[in-house]
Amino acid sequence: MLSRTADGLYWLSRYMERAENVARIVVAGHRMASMAHSLENPGNEWSSTLLAAGCEQTFFAKHEAATAPLVIDYLVRAPDNPSSIFSCLETARQNARAVRTALTVDMWDALNETWYQAREGERFGAALENLPALLEWVKERSLLFNGAYTNTMLRNDAFYFTRLGTFIERADNTARILDVKYNVLLPRHEGVGGALDYYHWQAILRSVSALRSYHWVYQDRLKPWLIAELLILRPEMPRSLMSCYEQIIRHLGLLSDAYGGKRGECHRIAGELHARLRFGRIQDIFQAGLHEFLTDFIDRSVTLGSEINSLYLV
Amino acid sequence: MHRFASDSSNAARPFDEMGAGESCRPPYAMIRRWIAETPKDALVLKRREAELLFRRIGITFAVYSEGGDPERLIPFDIIPRVLDAEEWGLLSRGLRQRVQALNDFIRDVYQDRQILRAGLVPPELVLHNDGFRPEMQGFKPPAGVYTHVAGIDIVRLGPREFYVLEDNCRTPSGVSYMLENREAMMRLFPDLLAGHRIASVAHYPEELLDTLKSVAPEHCAGEPRVVLLTPGAYNSAYYEHSFLADEMGVEIVEGPDLFVDDSIVYMRTTEGPKRVDVIYRRIDDDYIDPLTFRPESVLGTPGLFNAYRSGNVTLANGVGAGIADDKSIYPHVPAMIRFYLGEEPILNNVRTFSCGKPEDLAFVLENLRELVVKEAHGSGGYGMLVGPQATQDELDVFAKKLKAAPGNYIAQPTLALSTCPTFVDQGIAPRHVDFRPFVLSGKEIRIVPGGLTRVALREGSLVVNSSQGGGTKDTWVLERC
Repeated sequence: MLSRTADGLYWLSRYMERAENVARIVVAGHRMASMAHSLENPGNEWSSTLLAAGCEQTFFAKHEAATAPLVIDYLVRAPDNPSSIFSCLETARQNARAVRTALTVDMWDALNETWYQAREGERFGAALENLPALLEWVKERSLLFNGAYTNTMLRNDAFYFTRLGTFIERADNTARILDVKYNVLLPRHEGVGGALDYYHWQAILRSVSALRSYHWVYQDRLKPWLIAELLILRPEMPRSLMSCYEQIIRHLGLLSDAYGGKRGECHRIAGELHARLRFGRIQDIFQAGLHEFLTDFIDRSVTLGSEINSLYLV
Repeated sequence: MHRFASDSSNAARPFDEMGAGESCRPPYAMIRRWIAETPKDALVLKRREAELLFRRIGITFAVYSEGGDPERLIPFDIIPRVLDAEEWGLLSRGLRQRVQALNDFIRDVYQDRQILRAGLVPPELVLHNDGFRPEMQGFKPPAGVYTHVAGIDIVRLGPREFYVLEDNCRTPSGVSYMLENREAMMRLFPDLLAGHRIASVAHYPEELLDTLKSVAPEHCAGEPRVVLLTPGAYNSAYYEHSFLADEMGVEIVEGPDLFVDDSIVYMRTTEGPKRVDVIYRRIDDDYIDPLTFRPESVLGTPGLFNAYRSGNVTLANGVGAGIADDKSIYPHVPAMIRFYLGEEPILNNVRTFSCGKPEDLAFVLENLRELVVKEAHGSGGYGMLVGPQATQDELDVFAKKLKAAPGNYIAQPTLALSTCPTFVDQGIAPRHVDFRPFVLSGKEIRIVPGGLTRVALREGSLVVNSSQGGGTKDTWVLERC
């Protein structure tokens, strides 16, 4: 396969995943902002929403204060924010067009129709008034895309690269969400947290669609260290770091098999991260520092991305 | 001194392919009944359905420099244009003959220049032409073929009167519409299609692939690796590039995906470099290789031309094929056919005035109101004047342009292009059409029975270009009446 084709597939699935993640983060931010009226600084919640979306620096280069309308506009539809939902959908479609011959008809349909619908006047034009419906629509389109490619692509290198894009983006997103909220998960909050903490915990779980899963897995009230364990170490939770890395090493391995056993630095890094998640214990992670663990993890994920790039995509 | 040929003058009433008034030509018998029986509302619904279909497929066309929607749909007219077997037989014999001669001409001007020495084409017209590539002199590509895919623009003036308006020997586009329009018709009107015996066009991609493989470098071992080279997703014809690559099952590459090492072309893949044998390129000569042609081009691949000249890779179409489709060369095509093939041309040429000649210029200026004036090297319907439809101001402005640079223009009589019934806002009405069939040349010449019919949707308009408000139709070639 052309390196450019692999690159296009990898990035189009990353961008679709990112569009969904930003939508989830905004949903969570929206809920929090409506709960957090007791906070001294009402803009605080939207600042951390920006942090979770990885858009803090570029936002404050343009705006002074993180007010709800500004942040929502920036994350949802700003054309000059490459990670805004609208930009993600557009970039995904651009990549899809450029590697069209590597897509299945259903994948193309999902991406193309999403783009057309996104450009219908009212949808993003009236984003603020119509936010919940818009974010729900974004989630649906992303689920449709994931279903389309998972169910229709041949299981060959094209599929492996698409898959890698999804899970690298997803792992990065989960790690960021946790890192933004790491302070409310720390042991000093052990015991019964206040109502505010409870909402924070709920928001974290909601932003990765894990509130229901938490209850199924633990059959217990929300406890911060269990939330961290669920999202970092539990293999059955599809957005956990562990779960993402299982997919990442699996598909890197399949690529290596497809290409005559060739492996590179990306295989080593992914293997190492996977081993840490697989054999790690949540109490050790807390002991060494949750924030330190997550920052390190995010940095290494970035390195992994650039190693995949240099081995396959250029 | 000059007289318009009577058959190409601006006749009072253009030839209608279905038949004017109550009369109906046989190939359209069933279409006519269908038109009469189908309520307008049903047609509106079908047209809407067609639009959704095209949008879904992503078959769009970009118009540069106009802003607005970067991807727009070319209007599709749901009423097909029909040619019977005999008409097609005439056309395909004429096309075969013409493309053969065009290709012989290109080979000749880069090798022995016999036609120049015979005094049939003025040497300066060829050698000083922008379409002439001195770099190609003395090099003969595999099978001696330069114009592997030719699109010949044809207009019809009467039952058996077909005129070639223009030859396209470089990178003609539009064939995806021939295929997608048929596909759309099969979905929209399966019964109507079933009632006719329509020759299939669906095998075009296979014929194209066979053609490309047949001109692989001679020493190419095993199955040749064919790729399609595109300028990229922002090109107006990008949909067609990806469609053809997909249908042929070959990689679609951009310039930076290729590199040349020791005069051999490779593509960059996830498994390392892979050798490439044949490149169906949809990039103009000027941009394919910054080392040989435009140095600032980022679309091409450095060293590609040298690899081509070394015989390690075949480019289709060949470099320098544009010498045959220049509008200043066009008047000489009938002479080419006689010179190379010893045959009389089957398809007519339109009377053409070269404004570079003082006598022609004088005539053109005097008769501007009746003529169509085009840029000799232009395309896409830009910068042309349709005399009968121009205002006095427009005529005056154009006359000035003509006088300033007469060599840049050619003029032709305004042809009464044939009309076909077309579904427009006012209902079903005749609109002017042209026709672009595609001729494939490899070890042999192949023509798929069909082509792209373009239709001028505005009443009375003669400009069919999609950039100027033209639409397309499916073209049916009947296997028998």
